[in-house]
Amino acid sequence: MGFLFEDDNFALFRDGFLQTIELSALSALLALLLGTLLAAFRVSPVPVLRAFGTTWVTLFRNTPLTLLFFAVEFGLPALDVHFSHLTFAVLALGGYTASFVCEVLRSGINTVPLGQAEAARSLGMTFGQTLTLVVLPQAARTVLGPMSSVFIALPRNSAIAGAFSVGELYSAQQTFSERGYSIFSIFFWVACAYLVISATVAALFRFLETRLAVAR
Amino acid sequence: MTEDQAEVSTSAAAPLVVLKGVNKHYGALHVLQDIDLQIAQGEVVVLIGPSGSGKSTLCRTINRLESVDSGTITIDGRPLPAEGKELAGLRAEVGMVFQSFNLFAHKTVLENVVIGQVKVRKIARPQAEKTARELLERVGVGAQADKYPAQLSGGQQQRVAIARALAMKPKVMLFDEPTSALDPEMVNEVLEVMRQLAADGMTMVVVTHEMGFARSAANRVLFMADGKIVEENTPDAFFTAPRSERAKDFLSKILHH
Repeated sequence: MGFLFEDDNFALFRDGFLQTIELSALSALLALLLGTLLAAFRVSPVPVLRAFGTTWVTLFRNTPLTLLFFAVEFGLPALDVHFSHLTFAVLALGGYTASFVCEVLRSGINTVPLGQAEAARSLGMTFGQTLTLVVLPQAARTVLGPMSSVFIALPRNSAIAGAFSVGELYSAQQTFSERGYSIFSIFFWVACAYLVISATVAALFRFLETRLAVAR
Repeated sequence: MTEDQAEVSTSAAAPLVVLKGVNKHYGALHVLQDIDLQIAQGEVVVLIGPSGSGKSTLCRTINRLESVDSGTITIDGRPLPAEGKELAGLRAEVGMVFQSFNLFAHKTVLENVVIGQVKVRKIARPQAEKTARELLERVGVGAQADKYPAQLSGGQQQRVAIARALAMKPKVMLFDEPTSALDPEMVNEVLEVMRQLAADGMTMVVVTHEMGFARSAANRVLFMADGKIVEENTPDAFFTAPRSERAKDFLSKILHH
């Protein structure tokens, strides 16, 4: 276990850890924004938007994440779109997770009684106002549980980026393996790092659940 | 509010709400059949009839919560637009009170009455809160302003819902069975608010089973059955001498309990 504190190993591990956090945080942000937009599309009265949302979910939720990384890392440069490896990873992971966020949110939207939206519309609210002021805030409360699962899975899914030239935890593990350290000690530390991230995300959601619990 | 109405009533020779040849189907069921209806400024129209007769549907078509298959609906001379911003604008002029209250569960009572004013009417928040508190006071729930809807009784919630609709300064108020979900002892507190509103000159369309309210507050009673307006008359004439067999049958069933 002590290898971590030899040579520059700790710096490599720390950089990998921070890169995983950065990648996860950016992807989570993208997934949340895009997922909410997609959910709005899927419940909107405009058929084209609904079709777009459905297609996105079908495509991104059903494609293995590794394949998505391939598509983004090699597909986009072929279309002359060039970003850093981190940005590509954020796009792949964010787009993928957005499809899950969309479906979780949509199930939450469906739990809000229809009368709430009817009351909002009869006050003269537009579709967007009805969704953002009345339906989504109520839906958000009911989906915190399943949403926390999505966002706990995200940092672990981010390990795939390590195979696509992003210097995060998984790629740090590869380097350590190549240097010949015991595989068990390496995985012990890497698992600890992921555990810290997952536990933090879980704690954040528990905080939100108590915070948003409202007398109703 | 009262000044507004006084102003409008002098100029309003034309009826406020006009339905012409309105038809609607739910699949094979023809729920509204060639409905023609005119409602004058300040008039209180009560819709009664057996369940499934189309009275709630008719009420809901007036602010297009239900779309119609054919026919036209105009409010204050403007035909109801299709979905979109324009329809939203027109809905703000039509207050709606639901059977199940439908107060926004995540907002306080005060916020329920403020939100439409601020977000739709674009009224400044302090002014909107002042109006909201006055309206809540007027319907007798001023002390509950900072509670959440679930903490109120059904009767209180429905009075808040009326205040929420009134806050938009609507030209006409629609009531879709406003007392049907209430415990019996709370029915009167809601009807009292509605009677007051009627006395103040509000134009109202009320779907109800409260025959006492229909007798005392309505200018006109419409009796609906099977998607048609079967009979329309003053409350006195309707309740003492219904003309159609359908209405006689209906009244004999409900008036003898």
